[in-house]
Amino acid sequence: MSTVQRDMSLTGQPPKSLNGLQKVATVLGLSGLMIILLAGFNVNFPNKGLWLTLSLLALTAGIILFAKAAYANTQEGIKNDGVWFKSISSRGFWAWIAGLSLTGFYIILYFFPQFLGLRSEGTNTGIIALFDPLSRLLSGNPASQWFVYGTLYTVAIFAFGIKFIWKYRHNRYEKLRTISVMFFQTAFAFLIPEFMARLNSESFNLPYYDLKNIWPLNYYNFEQYRVDSFISSGDVGLALLVFGVISIFVITPILTYKYGKRWYCSWVCGCGGLAETAGDSFRHLSDKSQFAWKVERWVIHSVLVFVIVMTTAVISTYLGYDAEKYWLTKDVFLIGVAVFLAVLFAVIWYFKKDELKQDARYGAVGYLVIVLSFIAIHYASGSKLFFFEAETLRKSYGFLIGAVFSGVIGTGFYPIFGSRVWCRFGCPMAAILGLQQRLFSKFRITTNGGQCISCGNCSTYCEMGIDVRAYAQKGENIVRASCVGCGICSAVCPRGVLKLENGPLEDRIQGNEILLGNDVDLMKYVNNN
Amino acid sequence: MEHIVIIGNGISGVTAARHIRKRSNKRITIISAETDYFFSRTALMYIYMGHMKYEHTKPYEDSFWKKNRIDLKKGFVSEVKRKDKKIIFNDGEEMAFDKLIIAVGSKSNKFGWPGQDLEGVRGLYSFQDLEYLEQFAPNKIVCKKAVIVGGGLIGIELAEMLSTRKIPVTFLVRESSFWNGVLPKGESEMLNRHIKSHHIDLRLSTNLKEIVSDENGKANAVIIEETGEEIPCDFVGLTAGVTPNIDFLKSSGIELGRGVKVNPYLETNFDDIYAIGDCAEQYQPIGNRRAIEAVWYTGRMMGETVAQTICGTKTEYKPGHWFNSAKFFDIEYQTYGWVNSERNKKENEIHFHWKHKDDTKCITVATDKDSGAFLGINTFGIRMKHEIFDRWLTEEKSTDYVMQHLSKANFDPEFYATFENEILSAYTNQFQTISS
Repeated sequence: MSTVQRDMSLTGQPPKSLNGLQKVATVLGLSGLMIILLAGFNVNFPNKGLWLTLSLLALTAGIILFAKAAYANTQEGIKNDGVWFKSISSRGFWAWIAGLSLTGFYIILYFFPQFLGLRSEGTNTGIIALFDPLSRLLSGNPASQWFVYGTLYTVAIFAFGIKFIWKYRHNRYEKLRTISVMFFQTAFAFLIPEFMARLNSESFNLPYYDLKNIWPLNYYNFEQYRVDSFISSGDVGLALLVFGVISIFVITPILTYKYGKRWYCSWVCGCGGLAETAGDSFRHLSDKSQFAWKVERWVIHSVLVFVIVMTTAVISTYLGYDAEKYWLTKDVFLIGVAVFLAVLFAVIWYFKKDELKQDARYGAVGYLVIVLSFIAIHYASGSKLFFFEAETLRKSYGFLIGAVFSGVIGTGFYPIFGSRVWCRFGCPMAAILGLQQRLFSKFRITTNGGQCISCGNCSTYCEMGIDVRAYAQKGENIVRASCVGCGICSAVCPRGVLKLENGPLEDRIQGNEILLGNDVDLMKYVNNN
Repeated sequence: MEHIVIIGNGISGVTAARHIRKRSNKRITIISAETDYFFSRTALMYIYMGHMKYEHTKPYEDSFWKKNRIDLKKGFVSEVKRKDKKIIFNDGEEMAFDKLIIAVGSKSNKFGWPGQDLEGVRGLYSFQDLEYLEQFAPNKIVCKKAVIVGGGLIGIELAEMLSTRKIPVTFLVRESSFWNGVLPKGESEMLNRHIKSHHIDLRLSTNLKEIVSDENGKANAVIIEETGEEIPCDFVGLTAGVTPNIDFLKSSGIELGRGVKVNPYLETNFDDIYAIGDCAEQYQPIGNRRAIEAVWYTGRMMGETVAQTICGTKTEYKPGHWFNSAKFFDIEYQTYGWVNSERNKKENEIHFHWKHKDDTKCITVATDKDSGAFLGINTFGIRMKHEIFDRWLTEEKSTDYVMQHLSKANFDPEFYATFENEILSAYTNQFQTISS
């Protein structure tokens, strides 16, 4: 609409303006941020524990107060008034400011941690030092830049989680799911690894391990230093190593079969947790075009192949030069990987070929050939693995995918590209779960006969960029690899058309187009059922 | 190649075009004076409320039309010359057709109120209506107060829209309770309370006498028929129903009533001209339906039907069991089969009504008193499955059966509280009271 203006004003008219309490809340939250920022400029706070507590409390209270001001005096229901008018949620001035700040933070975190106060010699200063008291309280060790990040991340999921719950308080699915991600972030990602670090000694040395962070999202889980640490820590360490392996090969397929990938992506995962809570105000910014969908399929599966090649290379390398340390030999490992991939491919091809689109078939064949020929060439030439040093692969993956894609772009650009860019285009874990969900899962979103009015709320608020309406208006079930089962399409539907369900595999994809149309021979239809 | 011309790019015309393309290679042109591309009319409210932008309301990407060889033409048709098989645009341009589908939809009703054509007075149906609203009611400074005339589905949507911009709304409803010509008493009264809880000044049994103008010809107040009260306002929304938008056909020789008269095959009195959607009027209403059905779903069905006929399979318009849905502020509504209001109820129709204590959920089930057969259900705040009720209606299940199996029809999201047990025990109690 030409009459809708996007200015940088915080006032304006309802529904885009902030109310009085929201302004107070914003100031409170920013004051918490200011304490951290001042520490960054090496203001040496006398009592760090006190100031850190103040800062984190102000941040949390600011966000919660903001939510209260927004939702407390409203009735239960959908709260999307003015989303496309507000500067922050419609790629306006404040969205760019927020995006650039977040991006800047990630660049400093990953590439210039010295600006956070990281010192190679002596004690850390600045922001990292500000977080020391909390770190010492939990693990007994001084803080690192990752501890700072983990703390802020947890605070964000916790506080914005409360905002989300307030916003969707009429919807029990959304409430439970959010409590779940808040719990997993606080306990598994934040507290447990810190407590585990307390147990470490000379003879017992577990690596930092967020148990729910499964390979390949946790792409470094099987690197030598970690595997060595696990092995050196006796039965407990070995159990954790085994847990890491069965997480991806056993637990994941079973849970995805039963519930779809949502069990992980929107009930457990930290990346998903941040996207659903802090990123909720940006979910509608995802690109819904068919072109974006095509790009998504190629990019995410390429990342998956990359992580498989990289991990295989890294493991086989240390199995090679430290052969006497491990019972698994390099040859057995490499041939095992090749056989596993070939068998997996053959099974999918045999049972599910018809469900794969043309480009998915090309992609699957192409990638299998690439991986197998890498391994074959390695044996034929006997020289470098996959043409590259494993270390080069590992470093490039860590830089390109681990830091730039998941952090700088994935989270930094929330206010521009939407909240699930990483989950949609980059996460190899989501790629694996997506394949499982698309091919072998009971999960689907069902549509309610002919009730769709094609309004577009479902598609607009899909953070994964799925054009939900395209299915709903045809009365077709939605079975998409990328769907993380957040349930928002169902929540925003004004006509009660969409429902997330686990059901029998039979007829999972075909909906009942028949109810949309005219002249239904219903008895025939009923008898067919 | 046969040229099919469709006037109107709403759900009816677009559905017809899509299905003609599915079944044939005919040349298809869709004409609209409203927008370049098909959008969901039912989503207009969400644009004003800021939930979506116009482009989100387009169900197909812009490339869809070219890919499917459906020509889109922007223009206003002012005349149909059936003898020459052509239509004439208001700029004089002509276009020849072999078959013509009239799918021009509706316009807002005006009942001859003094001042109904003043500036700042408008219905809510088209994209242009929405632009008009943006101009006259962009915020509570330009529009200090709005008055809505007519208590139906569009009226309550407009009330919700304006309230998101904190514009005070007075809602004039002719009936003694909101939409009680359609809804039974218990539901209608629950909605009265819900509307008021959203700070809408709901005036029941209240008629508009006239709209008063300022010195510039812009509306600045309305006067109430019953009390003579004058309510100052900056915008007046006319939402007392819609009527077929067919003035341009008056000289065409096409038989007209309130709408374009059609037979069960959606044919007009000319065998190469069809009418579908809001603007079609059946010679004989089908079942309990009205002769003119201005509903999204029926428009879609008619589009599909006429496409079959045009592509060689002559098909009667036989809509299945009645269904519909709406949303009243925060309360979703679905209906399957027929549940009539007290005003329209026949003697054999009896109702079971259950309402949750939170006053936002209720159902009404209609039963044939003589046979015990299930006639229909209205459900508020609880989502139910279309497919299941459609099947139960076809199989002519009894209400007893429906009530005992109600949980099968539940379509609420996972983990939602369920009410089937409470409903069933209320039903059983009521039944026992009646029989004892």
